[in-house]
Amino acid sequence: MTEYSVLIGGKAGEGINTAGLSIAGLFSRLGYRTYMYFDYPSLIRGGHNFAIIRASERTIGAHRTQVDVLLAFDQNSIDNHRQRVHDATTVVYDASQVMRAEGYGLPLDRIVEEEKAPPITGNSAMLGALTRVAGIGREVLEDVIRGSVPAKHLEANLRVAGRGYDAAGDVFTVEPLERPSLPVLTGNEVTGLGLVHGGLESYVAYPMTPTSNLLHFLAGHAEDLAIKVLHPENEISVILMALGLAYAGEKAAVGTAGGGFCLMTEGLSLAGMSEIPVTIVMGQRPGPSTGMPTYTSQTDLHFVLNAGQGEFPRLVVAPGDLAETYAWSATALMLSWRYQVPAIILTDKTLAEGAYSFDVGAIIEPPDPEPVLWDGTGEYRRYARTEDGVSPLAFPGREGAVVKVSSYAHDEIGFTTEAVEGVTALQEKMFRKGESLKAELSTYPTVRSYGPRDAGKTIICWGSEKSACIEAAERFGAQVVQPLVLAPFPARQWKEAMIGAGKVACVENNATGQLARLLRQQGFDPGRPVLKHDGRPFAVDELEARLLEVFA
Amino acid sequence: MSPQQPAGRPAGGLISPAENTWCPGCGNFSIEHMMKSAIAELSEEEGIPLENFVLLGGIGCHGKLVDYLNVNSFYGIHGRSVPAATGIRLANPDLKVICHVGDGDIFAEGLDHLIFAAKRNSDITVVVHDNRVYGLTTGQYTPTSPTGFKGRSTPGGITEHPLNPLEVMLATGATHIARGYTKKIRQLKDLFKEAIMHRGFSFVDVLQICATYFNLTDYYNEHAYELREGEVDTGQFESALGKIREWDYDRDAPIPLGTFYSVEKPVYEEKFQALTAGKPDRRALVRKVLEERR
Ligand SMILES: Cc1ncc(C[n+]2csc(CCOP(=O)(O)OP(=O)(O)O)c2C)c(N)n1
Ligand code: SF4
Ligand SMILES: [Mg+2]
Repeated sequence: MTEYSVLIGGKAGEGINTAGLSIAGLFSRLGYRTYMYFDYPSLIRGGHNFAIIRASERTIGAHRTQVDVLLAFDQNSIDNHRQRVHDATTVVYDASQVMRAEGYGLPLDRIVEEEKAPPITGNSAMLGALTRVAGIGREVLEDVIRGSVPAKHLEANLRVAGRGYDAAGDVFTVEPLERPSLPVLTGNEVTGLGLVHGGLESYVAYPMTPTSNLLHFLAGHAEDLAIKVLHPENEISVILMALGLAYAGEKAAVGTAGGGFCLMTEGLSLAGMSEIPVTIVMGQRPGPSTGMPTYTSQTDLHFVLNAGQGEFPRLVVAPGDLAETYAWSATALMLSWRYQVPAIILTDKTLAEGAYSFDVGAIIEPPDPEPVLWDGTGEYRRYARTEDGVSPLAFPGREGAVVKVSSYAHDEIGFTTEAVEGVTALQEKMFRKGESLKAELSTYPTVRSYGPRDAGKTIICWGSEKSACIEAAERFGAQVVQPLVLAPFPARQWKEAMIGAGKVACVENNATGQLARLLRQQGFDPGRPVLKHDGRPFAVDELEARLLEVFA
Repeated sequence: MSPQQPAGRPAGGLISPAENTWCPGCGNFSIEHMMKSAIAELSEEEGIPLENFVLLGGIGCHGKLVDYLNVNSFYGIHGRSVPAATGIRLANPDLKVICHVGDGDIFAEGLDHLIFAAKRNSDITVVVHDNRVYGLTTGQYTPTSPTGFKGRSTPGGITEHPLNPLEVMLATGATHIARGYTKKIRQLKDLFKEAIMHRGFSFVDVLQICATYFNLTDYYNEHAYELREGEVDTGQFESALGKIREWDYDRDAPIPLGTFYSVEKPVYEEKFQALTAGKPDRRALVRKVLEERR
């Protein structure tokens, strides 16, 4: 398999993320599938940011430790990454900043001064040098820059990129692949598009990494997508506003991370009791508390499964790649409306802020479950008791209907009740709804398997670790099993997928094995834990080494 | 209410069959009936369909009002009706959205939402059942209880001073500010109608008698007076502020009742309306955004 890895590193504020995306664009132009991991501390200037861009003939969603090209804007970018350099690694560095390095030194200060270009154009010089090193045509470089730089700065960037190209030498040759290029999108962007596919009309959020960029993306495209995007005073307001919108008939979603989700839990419970649909995008990052804001984790599974006082049905999905993110964001929102339950899309920093080649053609369009609407006959009862537990919806403003929703235990109309018969019936109706949701989900691919079924070796994983697991599994000839839905837990599909599983490893980005705990609760053996909890996702080679302990 | 009143429009049919559990002599009855009449009259006079009114309830004795009226309602959680109200108004500009909140509910638990709704001039009406005590949790002090108030959580009496909610609202940008009293019901109804019809954020603090935990009837009857025409220039911040400061919810002073401030400003929800207008094919829009990323 042909593949290339490039690291670009520098200080915060130097545009490393954007430069990384341009590098991904460069390989994408040539038909390669790309993935970018972006690592940055929670600060605005200084520190050390880096992106690893990996390009391959195949679809990928994880990085490897070693890189073929290292592009260094500062000494840290050399010193912090020695373990990534191998004999054939080419180093390109900013000779105005880096004192100790071997490779192509670009005097970026001088270049931008001579070209009368702003310092940020140094990124284009690096891109130019990479293009040359990788034996890619100059026209591809210019094409990528045209696609990413605003017209005003285009000429300066092209000049500086040319200087970078000329200063480096030919090292290897990336052969163009004869196939169409794919756009590179982040998990956040695709979550937003999936929600709109599912019928989203309003998005409400308070900024919090790793979902802030979902807010920014949707706000930036509010007109293009014909949606409202709202940023109120805090997450309590966020979820209540969304519930108000939904009560009045508008499909709404919210986005946050663990801390904000803490503030939303009373609203989540209100959604459960009042049966008002809401979709919550919950991007995980390492806690407890503020933790490591810009890093990744899978530590909030049990939090979202159990959040909110009282007992009520909910939908929790955890997509692992862009195609799943698109389909399940849409599905979560649609099922939330169909069954009037809160839906949670559980992502993490790796998926939300990671960039991947997005193959729209590979998406299996999800079904379109429709909300159940009142037919206008008889007296309207918001909580009418039905066989499947779902009461037909009407919205305020509808003639002939008085629409009463409530956080109190209530009767069919919505009036408060504490009578034994009334509250029992209410609970039973609510749980019938949960059962109906579960029955419908049995027709969805809620558990996915990859690789040989009869290998006698199985890797279990969820969410963003999926891609690293699929690659690492090949090394062992193992199969990978991934639950996409975590509540209601798809026990039947899980059981089927795990027939003949053999030796089992359960790979998670946390310290206690949260999926493993859920599986045990469901009566399944999760096998041996393979855990990583330093805020970083597994690199493929790192995971392979860890899996050796289980499968050797 | 006489049970013989005809069902249907206007006012009679608005009382729901839910059992009323307020204490005898509770000021909430006045608010309930005056809101009912305000809605019925606005429906008649302004041609607003009854189904276009939405009531939101906080949690406390006050919130029960929404159970007692046959009107669309969102009986939410403690302190949080205001953002839900903004959401409702955002979804449907034809709705008249009215929050019935408590003084503990909105000045303690939910003050942030109140301030921000005023700041953004959200086109909703907030009616505070300001009995200056936590009723439903049986008699603790609230942000508007007077200095020295002895509640069950503060048996030694509080040393802090109350908020003047009208002053807070003026300072944070509310565009319509009024005060009523549950023993002056005709004025109360008019204040409700005016507040509901105001385009923008309306705030009505209602001095509400709590018969059981803080009965201030004699005090209010002695001090409260209705503002006369011209006594305050409601278009003038300074004039409103002066009148609002005449009584600070603490000192003995005359208590003006009426509308203190009413001005027009751009409404928060307005600029979002165009975005979702019509029935756009959003899946086509998604495809278009993706096309542009190629
Ligand atoms: C989050 C939360 N905290 C506390 C309560 C308990 N609680 C119910 S009503 C209430 C106070 C009510 O006081 P107020 O808002 O003044 O309403 P009143 O009963 O006086 O009308 C409290 C603290 C609650 N329901 N929710
Ligand atoms: S406790 Fe006070 S506010 Fe509550 S119902 Fe009784 S009188 Fe009314
Ligand atoms: Mg009170």
